[in-house]
Amino acid sequence: MTDNALPAALAEISEDFLDLDENSRLELLLDFSRELPELPARYSDHPEELERVAECQSPVFIRVELDEAGLVQLFATAPQEAPTTRGFASILVQGLSGLSVESALAVPSDYSQRLGLARAVSPLRLAGMTGMIRRAQRQIRLLAGHE
Amino acid sequence: MTFAFDTSDPKFADYAHPGKLVSTSWLADRLGEPGLVVVESDEDVLLYSVGHIPGAVKVDWHTELNDPVVRDYVDGEGFAELLSAKGISRDDTVVIYGDKSNWWAAYALWVFTLFGHPDVRLLDGGRDKWIAEGRDITTDIPDRIATRYPVIERDDHTERAFRDDVIDHLGNPLIDIRSPQEYTGERVTHPDYPEEGVLRGGHIPTAHNVPWARAVAADGGYLTREELEAIYRGELGLAPTESVITYCRIGERSSHTWFALRYLLGFQAVRNYDGSWTEWGNAVRVPIVQGSERGTRPARGARASAH
Repeated sequence: MTDNALPAALAEISEDFLDLDENSRLELLLDFSRELPELPARYSDHPEELERVAECQSPVFIRVELDEAGLVQLFATAPQEAPTTRGFASILVQGLSGLSVESALAVPSDYSQRLGLARAVSPLRLAGMTGMIRRAQRQIRLLAGHE
Repeated sequence: MTFAFDTSDPKFADYAHPGKLVSTSWLADRLGEPGLVVVESDEDVLLYSVGHIPGAVKVDWHTELNDPVVRDYVDGEGFAELLSAKGISRDDTVVIYGDKSNWWAAYALWVFTLFGHPDVRLLDGGRDKWIAEGRDITTDIPDRIATRYPVIERDDHTERAFRDDVIDHLGNPLIDIRSPQEYTGERVTHPDYPEEGVLRGGHIPTAHNVPWARAVAADGGYLTREELEAIYRGELGLAPTESVITYCRIGERSSHTWFALRYLLGFQAVRNYDGSWTEWGNAVRVPIVQGSERGTRPARGARASAH
């Protein structure tokens, strides 16, 4: 993988966004927000197991696991009244889950800049997604024993 | 004025400008009437798409009311273009509502006011109250016919203050509506908004600290006039004839307090300093006070270097 290559799922999501006009990009982000899976009971019953992403304007909480094969699984929750935040979380859940530790850590933390949303969403609102990636990667490093 | 004031409830009738705030029932009874345009303005850019009041159009603060390059609002031509495209006429009654107890809605209303839109009102309790009451929402986007909104020069003096205006104002009342931790300088970022970075913590000398949410009732609407007076006139000792400036981090939550002082209590001269702490806390040589004391008015020599 070169420095600029994204894992396939994230690269595909990025291309899907960039293929659309700006209004349709918002629609796609809304579709992602609807696809954010419910938390498994082990986290919905134990919210203290999740990490708050303080960079987001709305309360979003994430948790990373490494499965038996050592692959990343990301779980996230955000309120229904915060669809933008849910959309970003959903993209990362789909894009990071199933990656190897190395691939997940290689994802650039400014991935949100590759969705073509700066004008339609505003840079201020994109900052939260960067926070989610950084925090997910920190959890991955801890789980993988890199820290 | 096309639409009579909402006096359905004594709460609304008592305010100094009773027409500026409308109840959810008042709005529900008038939806779809010609001459009335409902505008949703949210923090979350997608929330309108999830569902909105039937017929409401979306106006986004970040992407539509701000100038895309300079830290400022759109100019008269930009505002005319925006409102024309939204199908809003200069003589329409505009009712604005939004998420987060109307932070962004109050901000949008303030920008409409800079352009002197003659009749712009706020929906008390905003989006959350409308939904909590089980009122209709829809995902249908209204197909409004474009209008020819006139080009109006923005008035940057009556309701808006710049940094130099604040410096000249020192000695007169200032209200800092941020959290106590931001006011004292213990925190340089709002816990939920760390990306709005500033270099220095604290507050503008002599500013009172009244977090914006103190003006909010349990149902997300504004407190009654009597309750608001107890805070701003009783506790702070302000008189409606005094000139007051409100500020926060970027000017949106302070628009909520600006609205309360200006229209609900009828203060005659209230300006919102939209540069707020993200400008003041980064500016060179402006006076700052840290800690919970308001501090004293700095000597004239302490004013910021002129540019």
